[in-house]
Amino acid sequence: MMNFLDVWKRHDFAEVARRIASKTPADVDRALGRARGSLGMEDLAALLSPAASPFLEEMAQACHHATVERFGRTMRLFAPLYLSNACANVCTYCGFSAHNKIRRKTLSDAEILAEAAVLRSHGFDSVLLVTGETGRVGKDYLSNALRLLRPHFSGLWIEVQPLPEDEYAALGADGLSAVLVYQETYDADAYKRNHLSGAKADIEWRLGTPDRLGRAGIKKIGLGALFGLSDWRADAWFTGLHLRHVETVHWRTKTAISFPRLRPHEGGEIPVTPFSERDLIQAACAFRLLSPEAELSLSTRESEAFRNKAFKIGFTSMSAGSRTNPGGYASAPESLEQFEIDDARSPAEVAAFLRSQGYEPVWKDWDSTYDGFAGRRAVAAAS
Amino acid sequence: MSANPLIIAGVEFSSRLFLGTGKFSSGEAMRLSLEASGTQLVTVALGRVRTGGESDDILSHLDTTRYRLLPNTSGTRTAKEAVLAAELAREALGTHWLKLEIHPDPKYLMPDPVETLLATELLVKRGFVVLPYVHADPVLCKRLEEAGAAAVMPLGAPIGSNLGLESRAFLEIIIAQSGVPVVVDAGLGAPSHAAAALEMGADAVLVNTAIAAADDPVLMARAFRLGVEAGLLARISGLTGMPLRHGAIPASATSPLTSFLGETG
Repeated sequence: MMNFLDVWKRHDFAEVARRIASKTPADVDRALGRARGSLGMEDLAALLSPAASPFLEEMAQACHHATVERFGRTMRLFAPLYLSNACANVCTYCGFSAHNKIRRKTLSDAEILAEAAVLRSHGFDSVLLVTGETGRVGKDYLSNALRLLRPHFSGLWIEVQPLPEDEYAALGADGLSAVLVYQETYDADAYKRNHLSGAKADIEWRLGTPDRLGRAGIKKIGLGALFGLSDWRADAWFTGLHLRHVETVHWRTKTAISFPRLRPHEGGEIPVTPFSERDLIQAACAFRLLSPEAELSLSTRESEAFRNKAFKIGFTSMSAGSRTNPGGYASAPESLEQFEIDDARSPAEVAAFLRSQGYEPVWKDWDSTYDGFAGRRAVAAAS
Repeated sequence: MSANPLIIAGVEFSSRLFLGTGKFSSGEAMRLSLEASGTQLVTVALGRVRTGGESDDILSHLDTTRYRLLPNTSGTRTAKEAVLAAELAREALGTHWLKLEIHPDPKYLMPDPVETLLATELLVKRGFVVLPYVHADPVLCKRLEEAGAAAVMPLGAPIGSNLGLESRAFLEIIIAQSGVPVVVDAGLGAPSHAAAALEMGADAVLVNTAIAAADDPVLMARAFRLGVEAGLLARISGLTGMPLRHGAIPASATSPLTSFLGETG
């Protein structure tokens, strides 16, 4: 089976950036003329290039059209659930970085259930469990959390440290349905500059994670780059290369793409390469045109004003009412967050806004009983 | 963009046209047609090969230094029969390459997907380079790839029908997601069909009836050679695609989606 690591090694980041920069309006026009779903990697380069800027409205219309055709006028809503901010990594851009003098917290069983109760009361049925990277929040901790949460949610996703294949398979049996693992950057130099120590400093282990997930049979893999660490156009292109790889090799697996932007955080300023809202929209359009079926996620890191306009341009899922600190929903709403969120509306307000725009907010699109777990109703009836 | 060489099981092919050797009016007509086609890989029906080591009609007309032989299990109806036939072919022809073709139905000659997957698993374990002939079924092709098939050979239309790429929509999916070469096999009736398959992204095509049954098979072999080359050239030179633009923006006024963004970053 082909590994993405080998694919990645065949491409030079700086050369890719140069190739994207050299694309012309004719290249963009040609890419937009392709039949749906038949774009190649050079077409993606054209759509991500500066030459595509004058085509942005046309790209957005095509992107909207393709999205409505595949997903309808719907928006899946989910919430992050931060389980722990303990972390052994030193990363320049993250509030949880090991050198930051912040209070570390890892939720107990009771605290996890308290968070779950608040999220359920908001209507959420899908949650994204988030931790830092330490041995303490490894497979056993996650397995326990999944078992605790399984009766309360249909969608259990994680965004945690990369794990070995057998541990993913074991978590899959505990009810894990999706794993998001952002590469942060595909630029080896920028990766090294920003991941100073800890397990995360090993770029190859991280690059191989989606392949391990695919082999472990995890149903959905989320990819993304942290835009702002290096040249965003090249990072987006490599994310597309990774997406194409997953779609081809792990063809049973669903895919999702996120567009996190570097945000201010506790612990110092680092140089941030430009990545504007306009750039974010260009990237989202390019991904939709590359892959009509990939889920695209719009973060609460973005502002309310931006989200209210941008959601129609290819996005299929949004987080809402997010807290990015462990215990943030039930017990510690004011404590330190991983990054600042910029859309402070409640989930109900976001849902009402979507309805006012002719979109259906979707809280639930799967049921754990289909995976062989006792569903919420069964649990409620038995208790 | 350039065409990567076609490599199947580590062997590089410069010709994207594979030929069947049945239905020719004479051994000489076959020999001249193969030559005109530029092919490097030819299928040989096992039924035509003598397994006792005697000299053989069809093989006497095949220059095996020039053409790689691809024994074909056509005529077998189950995985079990195909495995036996494959072992006999390996012995008789001295090649472990195999076109796996299992059709239990003698009328339409439709390939049996269940037996074909099973036989592929068994034959790969026995060291064969397996090229299974199948319906244009994208999931089956992925399953065969996972079972170790060296390439997949989905049909364009019923075998011998000359209908062309009737399975186009499914072939497109197979080509888009395949990790092994895709050879469109069966049903191609004209060089334009072969060209269209290559334009679409197929790695190669296999043709037999359209050449062998032509009034002038040698000329038709050359025509297919040119069709395949034209299709490949068109693909690598960048087809501009469908007449409708990607967006297919409805004629009704659509309000601008990006006007809220600034003109620059």
